[in-house]
Amino acid sequence: MHITLQHYLTVSALLFAVGLLGVIVRRNLLVIYMCIELMLNAANLALVAFSRFTNNLDGQVFVFFIITVAAAEVAVGLALIVALYRKRQTAHVEDLTLMKN
Amino acid sequence: MQDALFYIFAASTLICASMVIGNPFSRNPVTSAMFLVLTIASLAGLFVLLHAFFLAAVQVLVYAGAVMVLFLFVIMLLDLKAEERRKVKKFGVAAGLVCVSAILGILLASIARAPVDVQENPSLEGGTVLLGSLLFRQYLLPFEIVSLLLLVAVVGVVLLSKKELK
Repeated sequence: MHITLQHYLTVSALLFAVGLLGVIVRRNLLVIYMCIELMLNAANLALVAFSRFTNNLDGQVFVFFIITVAAAEVAVGLALIVALYRKRQTAHVEDLTLMKN
Repeated sequence: MQDALFYIFAASTLICASMVIGNPFSRNPVTSAMFLVLTIASLAGLFVLLHAFFLAAVQVLVYAGAVMVLFLFVIMLLDLKAEERRKVKKFGVAAGLVCVSAILGILLASIARAPVDVQENPSLEGGTVLLGSLLFRQYLLPFEIVSLLLLVAVVGVVLLSKKELK
């Protein structure tokens, strides 16, 4: 059987689901951050697949921008986590209950 | 040959991704980061199969290189040891599985039902020449705005990393 657009989209959906599950289940801020990267990569895969199968390069330009913005986002997010750790000595979401009650 | 490569890369992407979130042998964030590197490398393989050569190279350079070094640097800096003592909450895992399988069901059903209106023999290749001419002609303004965004991110990170936040 030949590989079609559907195959790539299925892989992308599964990868997105794995990332989402990680965001919900894991309690470590850094691992949650990695799972967000997984979800971004799933979106990238879908965009590249669409770009290939519709003979249009715009999707790949979009992925290029997404990778750039993701790099900036990771830098800012990790700086936030480090600042948080310095203040509260934890990188665990269950210990961050300042807004609770 | 290409079909077999697709299945190999797709399987390794998904297996490594699930190892990122739930490694049965270790709860250490460093292992998660290493499996994330493997996931990204296999995704780069999928990009090559989709003839997006430039993006595959960028994926390896930026994600597996720069971003993961940043992640590992912060993991080492924070010295997270407490994670391994904590227990996973059963209820949270069950609720997460239900939510995610519902969303996955919707996604897969809509993918299966979507009309197939694609080229039979795609011939486009994402090399540097075509992508570069697109980036510097049609997408010149977003390209420049991204450079501004990176500048803002640099300034923000320096400000956040200063000794005392005010």
